[in-house]
Amino acid sequence: MSVLFVLTMACYIASSLGYQGYVLFQKRPVYRVASILLWVGFLCHTGVIALQYFKAGHVPVQNLHEALSTFGWAVVGVFLILQIKFHLMVLGALVAPLATLCVVIASILPGPPVELDPLFKSLWVTVHVGTLIVGNAAFAIAFLVGILYLIQEQAIKEKKRGFFFRRLPSLKLLDSMGYSCLIAGFPMLTFGVITGVIYAQMVRGRFWSWDPKEIFAGITWLVFAALLHERLAVGWQGRRAAIMTIVGFVILVFTFFLRFLG
Amino acid sequence: MVEKREIVVIGLNHETAPVEVRERLAFASEDTPKVLETMRQEPCVDEIVLFSTCNRVEFLLATKDVSKAVETIKDFLAEFKKTPRSTFEQALYVHNGDEAVRHIFRVASSLDSMVVGEAQILGQIKESYREACNHKTCGVILNRLMHRSFSVAKRVRTETGIGDHAVSISYAAVELGRKIFGELERKAVLLIGAGEMAELAVEHLVTNHAGPIFVANRTFERGLEIAERFRGTAIRFEEIPDHLKQVDIVISSTGAPDYILRHSDFKGVMRARKNRPLFLIDIAVPRDIDPEINRITNVYVYDIDDLKSAIEENIEERRHEACRGERIADGAVVRFRRWFQSLDVVPTIIALREKIEEIRQAELKKTFASLAWASEEDRAAIDRLTGALVKKILHDPTLFLKQSEHEDKKSLHVDVTRRMFNLDEKD
Repeated sequence: MSVLFVLTMACYIASSLGYQGYVLFQKRPVYRVASILLWVGFLCHTGVIALQYFKAGHVPVQNLHEALSTFGWAVVGVFLILQIKFHLMVLGALVAPLATLCVVIASILPGPPVELDPLFKSLWVTVHVGTLIVGNAAFAIAFLVGILYLIQEQAIKEKKRGFFFRRLPSLKLLDSMGYSCLIAGFPMLTFGVITGVIYAQMVRGRFWSWDPKEIFAGITWLVFAALLHERLAVGWQGRRAAIMTIVGFVILVFTFFLRFLG
Repeated sequence: MVEKREIVVIGLNHETAPVEVRERLAFASEDTPKVLETMRQEPCVDEIVLFSTCNRVEFLLATKDVSKAVETIKDFLAEFKKTPRSTFEQALYVHNGDEAVRHIFRVASSLDSMVVGEAQILGQIKESYREACNHKTCGVILNRLMHRSFSVAKRVRTETGIGDHAVSISYAAVELGRKIFGELERKAVLLIGAGEMAELAVEHLVTNHAGPIFVANRTFERGLEIAERFRGTAIRFEEIPDHLKQVDIVISSTGAPDYILRHSDFKGVMRARKNRPLFLIDIAVPRDIDPEINRITNVYVYDIDDLKSAIEENIEERRHEACRGERIADGAVVRFRRWFQSLDVVPTIIALREKIEEIRQAELKKTFASLAWASEEDRAAIDRLTGALVKKILHDPTLFLKQSEHEDKKSLHVDVTRRMFNLDEKD
């Protein structure tokens, strides 16, 4: 494990604690420190991935170790970009731990094998997996925002003005943030699926071979396509959209692990 | 004859007068210029500001003759409002001097409000003051007093937690609305029925940029009246279900014994609204909105008890903070008094000069009458001589009064000077 990777982990862990502290005590300086730590962690993480890229010559997503690490990086990246527009400070308390979880699990998993499957050396794969990872990161954020939405919605519906009611932002903000993530994630997911299908054709000579990975990837795509359609055409928003986002992400995670463990 | 001016507040508020009296005496904003212009003509009124909100009607004056000014105001109210004095005289309070100053500070800081700590009052006071400035009815005293009251209000707000917690139904409604919609800007509001609390809530939503406003009332004319006040649209009762498709916030406050909005009214509504959230506030007792409606996705129903429980815990908190606010106001009263008393030196000096000048003129007249042979030049010389004499004699006392270093001594010196030269004699 490189020094940079350890540094990344340390920053993420510290940042997670900082965000939890901010949610508990609502002190602005705590938030600022947590935010800076996340930035530093993200830069270190970027370094890790760049090094891996130059060493191996492809996006480091060949095994679960690399994929998890890259996914964690993408989640933080998407979050930091979204913060520019939404300033949803509480969200860090979920994003930072998720990124921490990703890098910690990645750190226990074995590193990349010395010999690479020649199938993976193609540029197609790099593009295919790269877009999927970033798209998944957007969905991960949408998932976390969806959870926050359900918590806040419950508080308002049940008229319990407690801990969360005060700390969480408006339903409107949470909903539009979830929507933004969906808008950002869906084209990437679509592009990832299309490149995957083309790649399958190139390697196996068939676009679609009905293996479970493909079936679940298809289901994931359909769920998000349905959600996007409902949002755009019927005007779905709020609770139902949040639930559907959460369901979609759970299927997506399942597909993700199926890809690397199956 | 320059006399000492005094600060007086005469008026009534929600504690002294019931709403029937308040609404009869309240001045619409278009009446204010007329009131100020009329008052400017009154010799006993030196400076004046008029406050008129839904909870208070007050005149703030600087006057040399308190009792006459109070009578003038009472007569004016009775005449302008075509109301016999007996209907409101009982409710009127009159504060002078420090009490008046404290009262203004407390009003501006929202310590005297029906809902302690509500933020609207300061804006209303500022508006009243601006109006008075436009009509030049504010002089050195009230200018200073109003500016002091703004800074006291600001201090109370920032240094105490008086405005931190929602404590009124309308505040709680706005706070909840914000949690649902984020911004209230351009959120359409439907008011069903009427009533002080409901209208206050609508007013509050409007100040937070909500709108357009729709008003539904059993009697369409009454609905029109209310709608006009909020620059809204009156609709018929039968149109309510249709309007559920386009409004975002509904405030209901009717005297109906049954539900006005039932679960069945919402059939197809959410689909038509594209699932945009709908916030229903039921202020009526018995309730107007079927609580079952709360179970519809993206619809939130709050009745009066829900809102009350939301604010109860905050009220105690505010009461505590209000005590600290009172202390700030008290301190400001003392500081204002110091300034006000220092101001008295100048009129005293002027009064002194005028008195001596009067004597001089009288004596000159007498002297010239017996000096028939004196030439024009001689008369001028005598005039110059006496003038210089008076000037020289008054020089040191004037300096003495102006330079009194201690505030308490200053007012003492002013007092002694006034008595010594009998400046307060009535003519």
